Amino acid sequence: MSSTNRTAAETQVLVTRSLARRYRAERRFRFYGLSAVVAGLAFVVFLFGTIFAQGLSVFQQSYVEVEIFYDPEIIDPSGTRNPDDLVTADYQALVREALKARFPQVEGRRDLRELYGLVSSAASIELQQRITSDPMVIGTRETRWVLADDTVDMLIKGRVSRTAPEDERRLSDQQIGWIAALERDGTLELRFNRAFFSNGDSRDPEQAGVRGALIGSMLTLFITLLLSFPIGVGAAVYLEEFAPRNRLTDIIEVNINNLAAVPSIVFGLLGLAVFIGFFGLPRSAPLVGGFVLTLLTLPTIIIASRAALKAVPPSIREAALGMGASRLQMVAHHVLPLAVPGMLTGAIIGMARALGESAPLLMIGMVAFIVEVPQGVFDPATALPVQVFLWSDLPERGFIERTSGAIIVLLLFLLVMNATAVLLRNKFEKRW
Amino acid sequence: MNDAAKTTIGTITVAEPVFSCRNVDVYYGDKHAIKNVNIDIGRKQVLAMIGPSGCGKSTFLRCLNRMNDTIVGARVEGSITLDGQDIHEKRQDVVQLRARVGMVFQKPNPFPKSIYENVAYGPRIHGLAANRGELDEIVNQSLRRAGLWEEVKDRLNQPGTSLSGGQQQRLCIARTIAVNPEVILMDEPCSALDPIATARIEDLIDELRESYAICIVTHSMQQAARVSQRTAYFHLGDLVEVGDTNLIFTNPRAKLTEDYITGRFG
Repeated sequence: MSSTNRTAAETQVLVTRSLARRYRAERRFRFYGLSAVVAGLAFVVFLFGTIFAQGLSVFQQSYVEVEIFYDPEIIDPSGTRNPDDLVTADYQALVREALKARFPQVEGRRDLRELYGLVSSAASIELQQRITSDPMVIGTRETRWVLADDTVDMLIKGRVSRTAPEDERRLSDQQIGWIAALERDGTLELRFNRAFFSNGDSRDPEQAGVRGALIGSMLTLFITLLLSFPIGVGAAVYLEEFAPRNRLTDIIEVNINNLAAVPSIVFGLLGLAVFIGFFGLPRSAPLVGGFVLTLLTLPTIIIASRAALKAVPPSIREAALGMGASRLQMVAHHVLPLAVPGMLTGAIIGMARALGESAPLLMIGMVAFIVEVPQGVFDPATALPVQVFLWSDLPERGFIERTSGAIIVLLLFLLVMNATAVLLRNKFEKRW
Repeated sequence: MNDAAKTTIGTITVAEPVFSCRNVDVYYGDKHAIKNVNIDIGRKQVLAMIGPSGCGKSTFLRCLNRMNDTIVGARVEGSITLDGQDIHEKRQDVVQLRARVGMVFQKPNPFPKSIYENVAYGPRIHGLAANRGELDEIVNQSLRRAGLWEEVKDRLNQPGTSLSGGQQQRLCIARTIAVNPEVILMDEPCSALDPIATARIEDLIDELRESYAICIVTHSMQQAARVSQRTAYFHLGDLVEVGDTNLIFTNPRAKLTEDYITGRFG
């Protein structure tokens, strides 16, 4: 029987048979898709789980409450209240005296050194600030919460076991005894970690904070956004709406697409050679970081903006031109407003990439150990991802926590930035 | 170059033409889309351009306000004069030309702005209104003349895209007449509309004819017969026949025209 003259019933049988096969294929495909999504979600949950498990504790830090006597003998032995002398006084001695007063039974240099090791050296900086801002307190007493040492902090947070053999931990049995005593009085506890948000980098984990890196990232991204969005949109508008279609513009287009795929460290080398080497701009500066990240994000923004311009219906262009609008009027009055949401999407992608970049910043020296929080775009600074990279390399346990903490801050920054951009985009979104 | 062109049958000239087109050829790259077209367009009358799809009638229409300039690879040859001045001359500004020759497109394409802004856009960019009061007056008048005022007077601030298809097309006409052009080009203005909306547009064209020269491209021969005074029949880039609409539809002289009008092809 030839296939061309089947009866309707025979055809139906064949169709039914093939239907089962088609549905099986569809079910199989759906299963693959679902498994991919589930696997992806599992990895994301695992990633966030570890980061938060490691890093959430960074928002609290161990503080010791001590009663400080602002002893004039220590702070200002000459009695002149000369500000220069006040700055250089031995403030750590005040903390040492306070600890000695709390544990009067401790004697001997070795034991005392162990006792003093319970608090961070950051306390002296705080006391120095206290005195220089208000010298009147000299001679009075005050109870203050001072930062505990990171080894104490790790113990309090349960990252280090109290029952492990003494030679396998950094705190001695004696120190653990004092810690227990302080905890019993309620003078050693976890409090909100101000230092993490107000300090720059430090060699001591308990003093190390993300403020320097956070401000560095903000300044860098500010420069990046300021340059890359207008230049990217301008380039896209020119290439899409005004440039003639010829070999030259074809070459430019291919090159822009290729630039988007260039490894980011190459942009760092370019920035090093051009901005620092040729123009002599300062090393480690957010300004140069912003320039380099601008180069990095420009292709992304240009490509996305051109796609957004292409997506504007030609009928709108024709309507504008038909009304006698000039080309620039057509673009500015009609095409751009419709393309802005798509351009903002491109900017989000570009800025998110810029925020997460560390490699090009390493090249221009934004990887240096910088304690000071940058005050402007010319100050040496580092960026959040670089800070994560720096801390992840350090051996102290406290820095493991800080690494994850910095990642959380980075993610929050990203979230805030993207949420703002999405809100802006929704505001501009128009139907036609 | 014009070897493939055929001679047009009928009267191509009119007294005091607004547009006068001589030996017009249009190429899209290698494609010869319009072949040696000669035609005049008269004042205060409607010229309908009919013909099968791809015959070049829209292409020819777009020559008249130089919209073909925007198409990459399009090339227009020959002379097209508007009030005696060649529109392809160097000193002819294309923006000025399009202010004099308005266009209504096949698909209603109001700007994604309010109804008011749609009509006010042309006067605004051309600086036709000295103040807000004048602008309001122009918008009001244009909407009235487009027969849309009564329907939209209470919602001028709503988006133009919220109107129905027929209303949108009348909004586009209002937008066009707001800059007070000499000629209005219409490229199949009713092809996306239902019969009732079409009838309204046709009535409107009839009224507008008293002030403007109108060129309309249409696929509907009934529409051409209803609204136009002259009809031009295009076939594969040739202007086959042109003449009074009554004559073309009752007594076509070219075989091709007759075949098309009687529905033998098209």
